[in-house]
Amino acid sequence: MDLSVRIGSLTLKNPLVAASGCFGYGVEYAEVVDLASLGGIAVKGLFLAEREGHPAPRIVETPAGMLNAIGLQGIGVHRFIDEKLPELRARQATVIVNICGTTLNEYVELARILSDVEGVAALELNISCPNIKEGGITFGCSLAGTFDVVSAVRKVTGLPVIPKLTPNVTDVASFARAAEEAGADAVSLVNTFLAMVIDVETRRPKISNVVGGLSGPAIRPIAVRMVYECRQTVKIPIVGMGGIADARDALEFMIAGASAVQVGTANFVDPFIWPKLLDGIRDYMQRHQITRIADLVGTIDTRARDNEWISS
Amino acid sequence: MPIDASAEVIANHALSTDYNVLALAAPAIAVAAAPGQFVMVKAALGHDPLLRRPFSVFEVLRDERGTPTGISLLNKRIGVSTDLIYAARPGQRVACLGPLGRSFTVVDRPTEAWMVAGGVGLAPFAALAEALGARGVRSTLFYGARRAEELFYLDLFRRLGVELVLTTEDGSVGERGRVVAPLERRLAARAADRSLMIYACGPEGMLAAAATSAMRFDRPCQVSVERIMACGLGGCYSCVVPMRGERGGVHHVRSCLAGPVLPGDQIVWD
Repeated sequence: MDLSVRIGSLTLKNPLVAASGCFGYGVEYAEVVDLASLGGIAVKGLFLAEREGHPAPRIVETPAGMLNAIGLQGIGVHRFIDEKLPELRARQATVIVNICGTTLNEYVELARILSDVEGVAALELNISCPNIKEGGITFGCSLAGTFDVVSAVRKVTGLPVIPKLTPNVTDVASFARAAEEAGADAVSLVNTFLAMVIDVETRRPKISNVVGGLSGPAIRPIAVRMVYECRQTVKIPIVGMGGIADARDALEFMIAGASAVQVGTANFVDPFIWPKLLDGIRDYMQRHQITRIADLVGTIDTRARDNEWISS
Repeated sequence: MPIDASAEVIANHALSTDYNVLALAAPAIAVAAAPGQFVMVKAALGHDPLLRRPFSVFEVLRDERGTPTGISLLNKRIGVSTDLIYAARPGQRVACLGPLGRSFTVVDRPTEAWMVAGGVGLAPFAALAEALGARGVRSTLFYGARRAEELFYLDLFRRLGVELVLTTEDGSVGERGRVVAPLERRLAARAADRSLMIYACGPEGMLAAAATSAMRFDRPCQVSVERIMACGLGGCYSCVVPMRGERGGVHHVRSCLAGPVLPGDQIVWD
């Protein structure tokens, strides 16, 4: 059985990637999961400088999901390289560094710095965090901004460039196309959906940032639809995510057109989920006589059939 | 390494219409748990409710030979997940991940231990009182609740030789008012050369008051904070507490990794 998938020039040993913001810097999970067994780890979003993020409360649970506004607390790229990357390298993790900037130059600078160190497999451009006012999302919500930041980063790095797209736009596929035209190796989607929760007794928002990003099983059908739409629009690989909680969910994204998937919120609920996901995928491949998981990507069958919907 | 147990409910002891103590068969967690550590519990399968909830280890349960067999949790109903834990039935299984986080530093004689608990903040102190008792440390529990019926497990602490100082908001038992008032008076009366450690757990306002009193009288204070957290392992960055950095400034520290027990004098209280 071949579980490997290709994301541009990058080969992942399997399609399961830990989602950025949901797996710390990876090292936090070294005791509970063999980091080398993952297809990849998208580490928590990094700016050039350290950031403290928003005050608590930062999360609230919602029906089959959660709302978060962490505010991209982080140690900055230099401390990441000095303090976290050596351990990730020693543990043979496939490291995808998620980078965030307030200006285009900041993305370029981060890409330059990370292209010169050993142990970085790819760059995920965070142009979609809904929880900070400056930068990031302003690129991700404009086609020109998306094109500009991807092309600028493309020029300074040989690493695979994977912009992470926001679902908080009218037509995600047009943003995937802008990224493709700018030279992206792949796109990842979706980031969280902008949402809010209010305590009716106190009339106060339940998180300090007032609004936050919704994740978890509740968003999965919307995310699958968006991956499907992007698959119809671009040729570059798609890394799909949004509420994946078991192997079937992961397979659903792949059938819709994702070459690899990221898992975030479900890892909070069950940090031991990774081997279970892999087992589930292997079991499915066996039952469906699939020898290469890459062959499953985009195999959705939308042909009309007589009375199929009624009889089943 | 934390243990992921599918723990069978051994007993569910309702203390009131809001509070219960849930006993779980989880020997591996019980053996590893230190006072002040916590577990992440999910009482139901499925996606709603989705996330686990953090609970202090209340008691370490033992068989007649003293071998740890499980843990108990002190639960207060405040929402869907705590309702499920209140309603859990013996024989049912709950997902229980732990032990997690930093424990209390347990002092030795002749230092005395003063535990300060507000409401469900009693949760980490049964295990701590046992550890203190095993070391022969003289200890006192300052314990405040809304009313007499919500002061629980007093016999357990008495059996461990813990002196009790009780307060209730309605005055039905002990002193009327907040638990920090008698703590302050005792702090003021205590000779400076008699060494002391304060441990506090409870609502944020009580923690701030206890930590501030301890600072005023130049006594060390370990507080166990409670924060909304998604993972308990350092992955989500939800459970942060603002703390003074070593080189000045304020830093958001993850209470799941650096805590839940934190030095009260380094937290920036609102």
